[in-house]
Amino acid sequence: MALRLSREAFNHALKDLSKEYKIYAPIRLKEIGRFSETDVVRYGEISMVEEIVTDEKSHFSPKEILFPITQTLFYFTEEEYKEPKEDGKKIIIFLRPCDINGVKRLDQIFLQNGKDKDIYYECLREKVKFFMMECVEGFESCFCVSMDANKTENYAAAIRFGEELLLEVKDDGLMNIFQGLGKETNFTPEFIEENRVKVCLPDVNKITLELFEHEMWKEYSQRCIACGRCNFVCSTCSCWTMQDIFYDENKNNGERRRVWAGCHVDGFTDMAGGHGFRKNYGDRMRFKTMHKINDFKKRNGYHMCVGCGRCDDICPEYISFSNCINKVTKIVGEERKS
Amino acid sequence: MKNPYMPKKYTIIDIQHQTDIDYTFRVACDIKPKNGQFVEVSIPKIGEAPISISDFGDGYIDMTIRRVGKVTNYLHGLKPGDAMYLRGPYGNGFSLEQYKNKHLVIAAGGTGLAPVKSIINYFHRNPEEIQKLDLLIGFKSPKDILFREEIEEWMKNKKFHVTVTVDKGDESWTGNVGLITQFVPKIDIPDEDNLEVIIVGPPLMMKFTGLEFLQRKIKEEQIWVSFERKMSCGIGKCGHCKIDETYVCLEGPVFHYTKAKQLID
Repeated sequence: MALRLSREAFNHALKDLSKEYKIYAPIRLKEIGRFSETDVVRYGEISMVEEIVTDEKSHFSPKEILFPITQTLFYFTEEEYKEPKEDGKKIIIFLRPCDINGVKRLDQIFLQNGKDKDIYYECLREKVKFFMMECVEGFESCFCVSMDANKTENYAAAIRFGEELLLEVKDDGLMNIFQGLGKETNFTPEFIEENRVKVCLPDVNKITLELFEHEMWKEYSQRCIACGRCNFVCSTCSCWTMQDIFYDENKNNGERRRVWAGCHVDGFTDMAGGHGFRKNYGDRMRFKTMHKINDFKKRNGYHMCVGCGRCDDICPEYISFSNCINKVTKIVGEERKS
Repeated sequence: MKNPYMPKKYTIIDIQHQTDIDYTFRVACDIKPKNGQFVEVSIPKIGEAPISISDFGDGYIDMTIRRVGKVTNYLHGLKPGDAMYLRGPYGNGFSLEQYKNKHLVIAAGGTGLAPVKSIINYFHRNPEEIQKLDLLIGFKSPKDILFREEIEEWMKNKKFHVTVTVDKGDESWTGNVGLITQFVPKIDIPDEDNLEVIIVGPPLMMKFTGLEFLQRKIKEEQIWVSFERKMSCGIGKCGHCKIDETYVCLEGPVFHYTKAKQLID
């Protein structure tokens, strides 16, 4: 079903949906940016379509909805392990095709890697419906087309923003909400076909240990400051660390949480006793790059990076990941397109 | 839904002080591990730590735990009868079948002895299943020696040839002094093709010990190592132990040398 509908009508539907769903979209958070008087665009709950930021890329990806920055795994009372209560509400996320493809990568790690499923992720994931925001222009640093992450069929509804809204509804459960709210029309979303930034991907079969020791990484030893912002804004970085706490007011009670971790950040590999790996920041850049465009593919058959370009947008040292990929490819040779 | 992060509560039945900072905990439990596997030890409000299983038998597992961090500091304050929470076992472990009826060399540095101790004890109890077992065991100093009583038992085994060495001796030490690598050339190897080698210890010790065996014309296919890495989950989710496309918690910690040499952190 496809509809042309007014913003009022759409807001009416959102109101209806909010009884059953938490609705997340990229929103503008005023004046909390890195520089004075700058805003941050990140994911938050909305009740009206006007709140959705459609003309800017969100600085953070929607992964924080499925894989929260901090998530309680257990509550401890004395010595008892208690799992947190589930929030019954279902979830709608407004997001672009690259980010839907990003969630596919998170699914791969949390649900497919190893024999156990991560039930905390699964529990949230099962509740989610995607409202795909049509994206035909992209933004300055995007390279989703090169990463083959510019398209997806995996959405419950797709939306084109304008004075009026065009909506394709694929999910049966959503049909009755939107039925009659607008005029039936022909609409299927279009996808971006070309980005300004393009990367050539390396042939993973030609990535050898020589590349690991190549002098190209030295540049990043100088430039990277190991802040980990690239890890945290990435829609596919899925690493985390276990963290236990006890409450100040009652030391017998506490929580076990997981918190985001990043391979660029100090301590990521440190073991009790102090031994760690990749002390050098260039090695960390190599490790992340190889995960995004080499080893994840070797393990799972497709690249991890979706080319959203958020890492390039956020880096305080202006390191460009797309450039880094191109450098790797220049050294080892391009992958053959099938 | 089964929560893979939920540990089970067990009871500590014995604690042996190996050194001032290494205690062996025996826990009554139904975990039936393979040699060389590990568990996540879980202390509510303190944290979790991956610990290798140093031995096991009917209804119990042993873990030899060095006091080096928050979780292990807490553990060292526990007494027999206290609870210990565990989840696992995790990892691939060693395959005993690989070593049966062969000449086996085990080179272990420091706490690296823990994950291979159950293999040594298996062949100690079943000597008819091994042709010969050479043990090279290295510690920093005499006071760091682990499993003294068991080592003495192993020395009595006719199939075993045990070499204990320390990096630095003291006034009363009359044994070997030097790195494990120095003793590799001295091993009597009647038939190179019939040999299997296991090396476990700190990264540099494993690297250089491996090179010594290669010098002796032992093939990479005959050498096995076990890795130690930071891990939060043990089940392939947290990402800390990943090296290239390999998750140490899933495909390791035991690796064939042919694979291990490709794993660059």
